Amino acid sequence: MPQLGDLASVIRSKNAGPFQVTIDIMFANAGDYARALRAPSFTAAEIARRYRIAEDEVALIPFARVHAIKITIPRRWGSRGSGSAADRDVYGAQQHGPLVDLEIA
Amino acid sequence: MTSEARIVAVNGMLGYGYELDSLQAGIAARPHLMGCDAGSTDPGPYYLGSGKSLVRADQIYRDLKPALTAAVRNRVPFVIGSAGFAGAKPNIELTLEIVRQICREEDLHFKLGVIRSDVNKQAVIAALAAGEIEPMPGAPGLTRELVEQSAHIVGQIGTEPYIAAFEQGAEVVIAGRSCDTAIYAALPIWRGHDPGLALHMAKIMECGAQCGIPLAPNDCLLGSMHKDHFLVRPLAAHRVCTPESVAAHTMYEQGNPFLLYEPEGIVDIREADFTQVDRQTVRVSGSRFEPSPALKIKLEGARRIGARAFTIAGARDRHVIENLDVIERAVNDAVRRNLNAQALRDGYQLHFRYYGKNGVLGELEPSVVAPAEVGILIEAIAPTQSLASYVLSLARSSYLHCPFDGRKATAGNLAFPFSPSDFEGGDVYDFSVYHLMKVKDQNALFPVELETI
Repeated sequence: MPQLGDLASVIRSKNAGPFQVTIDIMFANAGDYARALRAPSFTAAEIARRYRIAEDEVALIPFARVHAIKITIPRRWGSRGSGSAADRDVYGAQQHGPLVDLEIA
Repeated sequence: MTSEARIVAVNGMLGYGYELDSLQAGIAARPHLMGCDAGSTDPGPYYLGSGKSLVRADQIYRDLKPALTAAVRNRVPFVIGSAGFAGAKPNIELTLEIVRQICREEDLHFKLGVIRSDVNKQAVIAALAAGEIEPMPGAPGLTRELVEQSAHIVGQIGTEPYIAAFEQGAEVVIAGRSCDTAIYAALPIWRGHDPGLALHMAKIMECGAQCGIPLAPNDCLLGSMHKDHFLVRPLAAHRVCTPESVAAHTMYEQGNPFLLYEPEGIVDIREADFTQVDRQTVRVSGSRFEPSPALKIKLEGARRIGARAFTIAGARDRHVIENLDVIERAVNDAVRRNLNAQALRDGYQLHFRYYGKNGVLGELEPSVVAPAEVGILIEAIAPTQSLASYVLSLARSSYLHCPFDGRKATAGNLAFPFSPSDFEGGDVYDFSVYHLMKVKDQNALFPVELETI
């Protein structure tokens, strides 16, 4: 069973403003995109578990035109937004890690 | 019928560089506007709080000199949005200084429009009291204290003040913090083009050739507005745009890939169509604009929360690596015991990050592989630099010599790469304000100052 990080052609995260992080997962073709999207593991609940946030804080938006899935979540680090005390990733560019090993049936 | 409007984005961030050949190709396209985005909140609140630029003055100078000179000599209007990185008064002053220097050196003359984006604190407090402030998604609430504590508050300038500057004859516009789209959308909207298409094209252009293959925030992009579509093409011959690369870029750094939220309304790109027209060029149509009933301006504010000191060291001893949590607790206790009552009242924070173990993801790190070595970053934040450095010094020495059960390497727990080991990080800020404010008149909030250079 492949992992999401193997199946995707692009898997990246970035700030969407100082208080949200948005994760783009892109696929080389419609087949891979559909396979990821219908995998039982690929749910808002599972994403919420991996980022230790509430399920209703996860926005999971498929974008069929470009075979991509966007996931937007609250920023997890910093006392008040990016670059504040105790931040770990000011640009939010390395926050896709917890999704890379998601098993895609 | 509205004529074509050709626009050159010099690059995605003033100071990141671009190919001079691409600039020449841009000039050869006889553009109606050239511009660049010069700011971002991505690198954090420090640049707004301190009024400094992430990109150094000599980088801004290097990028601006050929582009501004070419624009002015060819009578092409030139715009710089989010000048000086954060767009607050000191950020704009830095940009103006560089522009004046280039103008002296190159004997350039034009009508300059400066749009300031600083928002008066009393106006924000009044809006807060009137219930006209709302947080951006994910942002915490706003209080009067947070507004008062802010070092700078800026609003994101939309298209209207840029249009006002063009109407008053400005040939070069230097604007404070701007919606990325306003930089490139204002001119085509002013010339009567469809705002949905203009804002969508501007959203793609604000990162320079980032939408191209190979992608490059440090290169030029040409956008051409037509009546019912627009075209985008990288200006370097070896780059191309494809329908996928342009569509994918539309979703970059956006919480929602289908709706672009701008002060004047929402651009809905669900029905947008992307097609290849030649080797390098993509045609986009179908983006729709829905005006919003009330104008809302995004405010950004940063306040100082203290000063930082830090040190970085490595651990290679297996027993140290197995006991990082134990050592961290002991160090926290030791620092508390050693500080006097005044320092404890003033308050401080100590943070530990373990690179190689979970430095990036903290408690979210799924990997449980035992690392052979770990990079340890110790950070102290306190109201003054002196207290932060003192707290760090206590923490560093405690960490180096901390005893724990099973310790065998009793000479020291850490490998320091540097002497001196401790660094002063200077002021630390946070985003005190990241909120929308209802505004009646954008042009009154962001007035244009004109000057003849």
